[in-house]
Amino acid sequence: MSIDIDTARKVAHLARIAVAEDDLPKLAGQLSGILTFMEQLNEVDVEGIEPMTSVTPMRLKRRADVVTDGGYQDKILKNAPDAREGFFAVPKVVE
Amino acid sequence: MSLNKLTIADARDALRKGETTSVALTEACLAAIDGADALNAFCAKTPEIALAQAAAADARIKAGDAPAMCGIPLGIKDLFATKGVATQAASNILKGFKPEYESTVTQNLWDAGAVMLGKLSMDEFAMGSSNETACYGPVVNPWKIDDRALTPGGSSGGSASAVAADLCLAATGTDTGGSIRQPAAFTGIVGIKPTYGRVSRWGVVAFASSLDQAGPMTKSVRDAAIMLGAMASVDAKDSTSADIPVPDFEAALTGDIRGKKIGIPREYRLDGMPAEIEKLWDDGIAMLRDAGAEIVDITLPHTKYALPAYYVIAPAEASSNLARYDGVRYGHRAKLAAGDGINEMYEKTRAEGFGPEVQRRIMIGTYVLSAGFYDAYYNRARRVRALIKRDFDLAFADGIDAILTPATPSSAFGLGEMQDADPVAMYLNDVFTVTVNLAGLPGISVPVGLDSKGLPLGLQLIGRPWAEGDLLNHAYVLEKAAGFSAKPAKWW
Repeated sequence: MSIDIDTARKVAHLARIAVAEDDLPKLAGQLSGILTFMEQLNEVDVEGIEPMTSVTPMRLKRRADVVTDGGYQDKILKNAPDAREGFFAVPKVVE
Repeated sequence: MSLNKLTIADARDALRKGETTSVALTEACLAAIDGADALNAFCAKTPEIALAQAAAADARIKAGDAPAMCGIPLGIKDLFATKGVATQAASNILKGFKPEYESTVTQNLWDAGAVMLGKLSMDEFAMGSSNETACYGPVVNPWKIDDRALTPGGSSGGSASAVAADLCLAATGTDTGGSIRQPAAFTGIVGIKPTYGRVSRWGVVAFASSLDQAGPMTKSVRDAAIMLGAMASVDAKDSTSADIPVPDFEAALTGDIRGKKIGIPREYRLDGMPAEIEKLWDDGIAMLRDAGAEIVDITLPHTKYALPAYYVIAPAEASSNLARYDGVRYGHRAKLAAGDGINEMYEKTRAEGFGPEVQRRIMIGTYVLSAGFYDAYYNRARRVRALIKRDFDLAFADGIDAILTPATPSSAFGLGEMQDADPVAMYLNDVFTVTVNLAGLPGISVPVGLDSKGLPLGLQLIGRPWAEGDLLNHAYVLEKAAGFSAKPAKWW
């Protein structure tokens, strides 16, 4: 499976990474190389094998559905590039 | 001997006897760090924190309440959140980020009285095998054989370089595909990746959550046992932290492996493997046999597929984990042009903030998780992963106690030498280590000898799940038999 320039552009957009038009051919080539390397997996007989979900057999822990943490808005906002009036600020989303 | 050259065990004993103080140890390390800027290992120095912690440790030692790590000066990989101290995962996208919280691992170390000297550089988001993807520029290996600067390996390259150059007594590392064991091998030190779930991942910047584990990088196997004991804990804040008590790993170092069965997997004898690596491996086999272990040829038939499976699974998890870097909550946000909306903010921020290798892995992960390819790539890789784990399960069910392999396919290479290589060529560095992450097992790299160029080479021992004590004991025997004592000549 090789990745063409259109696919590379689409993947970059899905990943929300801006890639200049001029850089797409090189990126497509590199992604294709990596995918070719992965193609080896098609040699393996995986019939009847379940995809691994947990490497050590364990049941995820459960706890009571109660508030155990919080109440420090200032700390949460402290590292934000743009925080105003107790909120994260972003460019306008709704027209 | 200069105090910064001590092992944890020797420093602990000297502190308890009152022969030295943590402040003296810490000052020796801080001076060594200031004299080693050429190595570029530390990306943040925290002398004020270090000296305050050292003074508190000295008081605690005096009071007679001193755990083994009390007063020991450490370097911390830039992947661990440290409260109020820059934590950047060596990425521009986290520039300026100072966490309001402390990772469980580092909190455990501070609770035990350890001292933080500063933060250590690494490959960006732990993605790399040469430390060249760090936003701070590459770390340099203290080992040098000509005028070239060599890589310390990666991703825990700053940790490896700092320990090998005696800038600290030990350091924390993390290992997703070999990021503790490969740099340990390249710099002649010891590094252990524990069983998945032994050490809490809480507060460690996530790369691939089903593979990531933190561990110690140290000057000796005994030090690894001591420090792992302090790092490990059962942690309610990490849902994959196993509910298994942490034993006394140091007590497991009996030096007796008589009757133990050591597996030698034939699939690790790669075509074109350098003769020196083959010989090192054979030497290691002889050392364990001479110590009374039984050597058994074993087969791990799916080994060949570990790297391609890893390079589906790790990028898939990374693309999901790194979605959080959106320019909203922390770190970098791109300057926007008039009329730019939220999508432009995401796309420009992530293009500016992530380096090329991280971008590639996010996009590969995005691709293998996208509609139409999820089954063909991601699910297939997870099924192959199940087979890789089964290979190990069967070997251990046959009575194998530990598995001996080379740690890396070569010794340290020159910085920049892989610049124009295919990204896949760099991935081959992980060929012997990545199986262990996929199977969730503990693995340790032990320095065993020098190659003909005079660079360190390591062997890897792989243990049963949750049997780090037994694994460390095997490593202890190998370390004693190999008698590796070479140190890099100081040039920096």
